[in-house]
Amino acid sequence: MLNIAVCVKQVPDTEARLSVAADKTRIEEQGISFILNPYDEHAVEEAIRLKEKQGGTVTVFCLGPARAEEAIRTALAMGADKAVHLADAAFGGGDEGTAAAALEKAIAGKSFDLVLAGRLAIDDASGQVGARLAEKLGWPHVTAVTRLAVEGREAVANREIDGGSQVVAVTLPAVITAQRGLNQPRYPKIPDIMKARRKEVAKVTPADLGLSGGEVGGAGAKGKVAGLAPAPGRSAGKVIAGEPADAARKVVGLLRDEAKVI
Amino acid sequence: MYLGLTPREEEIRAVAREFAEKEVLPGAAERDRTGEFPAALVRRMGELGFYGLPYPKEYGGGAEGTVAYSLAAAEVARCDAAVGLTMAVNATIGTLAVFLFGTEEQKQRWVPGVLQGKLISAFGLTEEGAGSDAAAVKTAAVWDGGGGGSSVGQGVGGAGQWIINGEKIFITNGSVADFVVVAAVTDPELGSRGISCFIVPTDTPGFRVAKKFTKMGLRCSDTAHLIFEDCRVPAANLLGKRGEGLKMFLTVLDTGRVGVAALSVGLAQACLEDSLAYAKNRVQFGQAIGKNQAVAFRLSETATEVEAARLLTISAARARDKVMEAAEKAPGQGGGRFTTEAAMAKMFASETAVRAALTTLQVHAGHGYCLEYRAERLFRDAKLMEIGEGTSEVQRLVIARGLGL
Repeated sequence: MLNIAVCVKQVPDTEARLSVAADKTRIEEQGISFILNPYDEHAVEEAIRLKEKQGGTVTVFCLGPARAEEAIRTALAMGADKAVHLADAAFGGGDEGTAAAALEKAIAGKSFDLVLAGRLAIDDASGQVGARLAEKLGWPHVTAVTRLAVEGREAVANREIDGGSQVVAVTLPAVITAQRGLNQPRYPKIPDIMKARRKEVAKVTPADLGLSGGEVGGAGAKGKVAGLAPAPGRSAGKVIAGEPADAARKVVGLLRDEAKVI
Repeated sequence: MYLGLTPREEEIRAVAREFAEKEVLPGAAERDRTGEFPAALVRRMGELGFYGLPYPKEYGGGAEGTVAYSLAAAEVARCDAAVGLTMAVNATIGTLAVFLFGTEEQKQRWVPGVLQGKLISAFGLTEEGAGSDAAAVKTAAVWDGGGGGSSVGQGVGGAGQWIINGEKIFITNGSVADFVVVAAVTDPELGSRGISCFIVPTDTPGFRVAKKFTKMGLRCSDTAHLIFEDCRVPAANLLGKRGEGLKMFLTVLDTGRVGVAALSVGLAQACLEDSLAYAKNRVQFGQAIGKNQAVAFRLSETATEVEAARLLTISAARARDKVMEAAEKAPGQGGGRFTTEAAMAKMFASETAVRAALTTLQVHAGHGYCLEYRAERLFRDAKLMEIGEGTSEVQRLVIARGLGL
């Protein structure tokens, strides 16, 4: 029997066309759709597979605004049993530190054997919350895992490293973050979606977690987004005309003197 | 409006609406522009269980019934009728023919694959010379070798093959299908009792897609002209009994018509919602145009017709569920028919959709005629509902027959 927690985040759809909001620190949310972070989807899938094999419970934890409940419902439809939503407005505007601190308060002391999360959220791509959460819990962690085996009180995880792979064994409880390739997340079916609508989503406030307003969200954050800018558009290419030998010489010249790449 | 739905049907409707608004609506205008078949979406809907709703669990279905299925189809059509049509054709006619008349082996080979989104089915009846006159099919199947295929009214076995030659037109899902259920003449001397049904996998040599039709509406729904040229299939691909093809086709068309009625309700609902939104916002002479009785009365009528179409469709779907239930309890008895109910629902709902679309265009006036609103698309999409799965005229014939005329 495994008692598993999965941390999930709702992020803009990968196909959404993003623009920067007027205050230049956020993206414009109007008119875009949101999804369960794809890496978190792998984490949810892995948790459900472990539960199916060994029995146990899967609880989803999500920090995010009211709209994030949709991502929670997706995880519940996939097969998670229950959910805790840190939806209070006070949690908003924080950084990786406040997110990890709040999640730690929600997860610690509930006899979880394992925490799964995506290796990063595709919106801000900082990839810190899983590791910070493990630090705060005082548990071992393995990041960017592509294969996971849990036996008794040990988890053996394969992770990708530059030019190869590494196998790490940790003692439970532990935090594992999921890399693409860990599994193929399932599509929930209509009856599962219907069941998920009836599952409980507990809404918790900072006070429920024993945190003061100054320790969460924007008030507790040590870092703030100072500015956000879209990637510069690609400028038009340059066509070098002329005889091949001449043109090649010109290209080499431009690469050296103008682009300064050789 | 009281619809007499079970709580579970209500819930399926809500889930389908949520999915359709999130996954189907956003790309609808773009798909209408490009005409590109939404393969990923169609697969996804299968994985979710949209096509399996009216089928039992042992074949990969959801066992939720025809009412739940038609509610879901209406929700999809409300967001994109072309995707709704793809769903309805895939989930009923071809697949249903295999489910109702196939051997256990044929059912296991084809039905679960479709219901889970792995396969796409098509249904080949219409030809250049055969449409409303379904019995005028010219496509022919000739038995080659062995004695197994010879006896009319019998199942066949043996080592021979059927050789199919002919052409089918206006075949929905025709160029994207993995198999087509084809009506072909096996015994020309027997007239309408000489038509049989075959399951033709689309990788059979001799099968080809002559062309894809470009349509005025429902543009991302695939509609193809199919050619069968010395297409050889084994005896095991004969569906049901030899010579009973026409009966089988007419049986599955009843369910197909409930599907088209549902799509029409979805489209009419979309028309009503767009009209109301526009009538409440567009200001002329200092007030919203919906304050004028000329507009308000028209929309009152549309709203009433949409509800009537919805009730008629749910009623026909309920009738089908009763028939299927009876068939399950007393196998071999057929369980009765719901032909008249299906034809009434299809005729009324499709004509409601077209009237509603015309109203939407008129309420939107100049904006309706321009491409910036979807009023013109709703009109182009709605018109097919009076034509496909039996024209409105054929529905009247069927209803008249049901009245004993």
